[in-house]
Amino acid sequence: MASSYLELREKVEKKDRGLREKVKSLSEAVALIPDNVHVAIGGCHYSRTPMALIWEMIRQRKKGLTFSKSITATEGDLLLVAGTTRHIITSWFSPGVTWGVSRIMRHYVQSGEAQYEEWSHMSLGLRYRAGAMGVPFLPARSMLGSDVSKRLGHIIKEMNCPFTGEKLALIPALNPDVAIIHVQRADPYGNAQIGGFPFMDKDIALAATTVILTAEEIIDNSEIRRVPDRTDIPFLCVDAVVEAPYGCLPHECYGVYEPDFNHMDMYVKLMMEKSVDGVKEYLDKYFYAPETFDDYLGLFPVKDILKATSGARMGHGG
Amino acid sequence: MVAEVTYNTAELVCISSARLLEDGKVVFAGAGLPLLAAILAQKTHAKGLTILFEGGVIGPFVEPGKLPPSTNEQRCAAHANMVLSTTDVLLLQQRGYVDYGFLGGAQVDQYGNINSSFIGDWNKPSVRLPGTGGGNDIASLSKVIVAMHHEKRRLVKKVDFITSPGYLNGGDSRKQAGLIAGGALKVVTHLAILGFDDRKGVMCLEGLQPGATVEKVQENTDFPLMVKGDLYEASPPTEEELRILHVLDPEKRYTSPRGE
Repeated sequence: MASSYLELREKVEKKDRGLREKVKSLSEAVALIPDNVHVAIGGCHYSRTPMALIWEMIRQRKKGLTFSKSITATEGDLLLVAGTTRHIITSWFSPGVTWGVSRIMRHYVQSGEAQYEEWSHMSLGLRYRAGAMGVPFLPARSMLGSDVSKRLGHIIKEMNCPFTGEKLALIPALNPDVAIIHVQRADPYGNAQIGGFPFMDKDIALAATTVILTAEEIIDNSEIRRVPDRTDIPFLCVDAVVEAPYGCLPHECYGVYEPDFNHMDMYVKLMMEKSVDGVKEYLDKYFYAPETFDDYLGLFPVKDILKATSGARMGHGG
Repeated sequence: MVAEVTYNTAELVCISSARLLEDGKVVFAGAGLPLLAAILAQKTHAKGLTILFEGGVIGPFVEPGKLPPSTNEQRCAAHANMVLSTTDVLLLQQRGYVDYGFLGGAQVDQYGNINSSFIGDWNKPSVRLPGTGGGNDIASLSKVIVAMHHEKRRLVKKVDFITSPGYLNGGDSRKQAGLIAGGALKVVTHLAILGFDDRKGVMCLEGLQPGATVEKVQENTDFPLMVKGDLYEASPPTEEELRILHVLDPEKRYTSPRGE
């Protein structure tokens, strides 16, 4: 499964790590992702989802991808129905507690057509962190004794601590081939400022071989240098930067916009009532028909976007 | 006699479990009813209760009427003390900073094991549920309160799948597995408040919800329940608790009646 340490280092050593401009179009950035690789998705659940990149990946008809994500929401449904993936590594998969269990997830997983590889939320975070640290595993005191670890079989191991003799779970490193991450601000070199919840994104960026960022706003490098303590992802690991305002819709971007709850309700109703056919209709209308991502955004009523935007400005801060 | 206060079973579970959260403590709350109950506790008897959400937040004051459908979204961070990574907020439990984990679940068994992954055989499930999220970590690392509706198919002898570990097979099997801290603390349902026998790691009946009887609780439980000697009857939700609950969740998205 995992590459050897020296192979992982070599991939990083081969990267152009110089301070250079990496601004690309959405389609150029997604063209960096080959078929049949492991793509880690930043954000969590319906927060800071790199939807613009997912939109473009589906349109470029990527195949055979394995995805990992801390918690999977509606984008998981879309990637399954579009045929982009049959293997998702995550800790929870559904739109949200008030919307019920995803019928798409159930359809593909219960039939055995797709694999939902379940890890606990913290253990998935430790997998990325081990990957980011360049160590093969991290010890943990969770993922012991449960059927979640039992079902993973040989992928997860236990050992007695050589210092204390206590039983520990060994959480294996995860080094994705590609990371796709949406941030509030990035400069053309890839220095990124994340507003609000960082989720696992700093670890994902450092664990992955290729890192593609979308940003609400591309800012000048001088703005980064003015507050270097606010940089969450360093340019060294970033390969492409795409400006994508409202690039998470209908999901949220902390301090910039809340989810478009009307759109989420509409999607969930369609998905729950018509299952795969409903999501196919959705993909046709929102993913395949619009010519550009701006055209996709044009399908969201202005008043809903304004509501989502003002909701994020009240009381949260960016 | 005092005018009768009306409430549904979800409201009862929410209010009853909120009462268990003491002022000054730290609670790691899952999405849905646990989130609402933790906020309710903060607005009633436990103003100094610190809430953690797995999205990565310490001590927020979530705004009434703006309850987040996920514990990983910005509404969870309202007026928080700190925002940090998901991995790091979950690790606070491993370090020992959390007094209670607070979860829901599809099934819980006599040893307090929680299932939120599969109904039926995991290789050929009749229902694939959303999964653990942080549940496995919370149940492995903290003392856990579970809030749920009381039904025979939910309080089962043995869960179909142990997503979040309680006392595993009872006795010291949890410790033997390496889970030396935490464990199942309470299960709060619309019929009862249940605890666990320290030595056997088995669920026992500690309190009855208003109007419930030992027989009714047993009838709706899939395994024989031990009854504690000092069995008590819980007081019903007060008008004040219900008033605040309705301010927090005006559309009853989290406390919709369950067909009663």
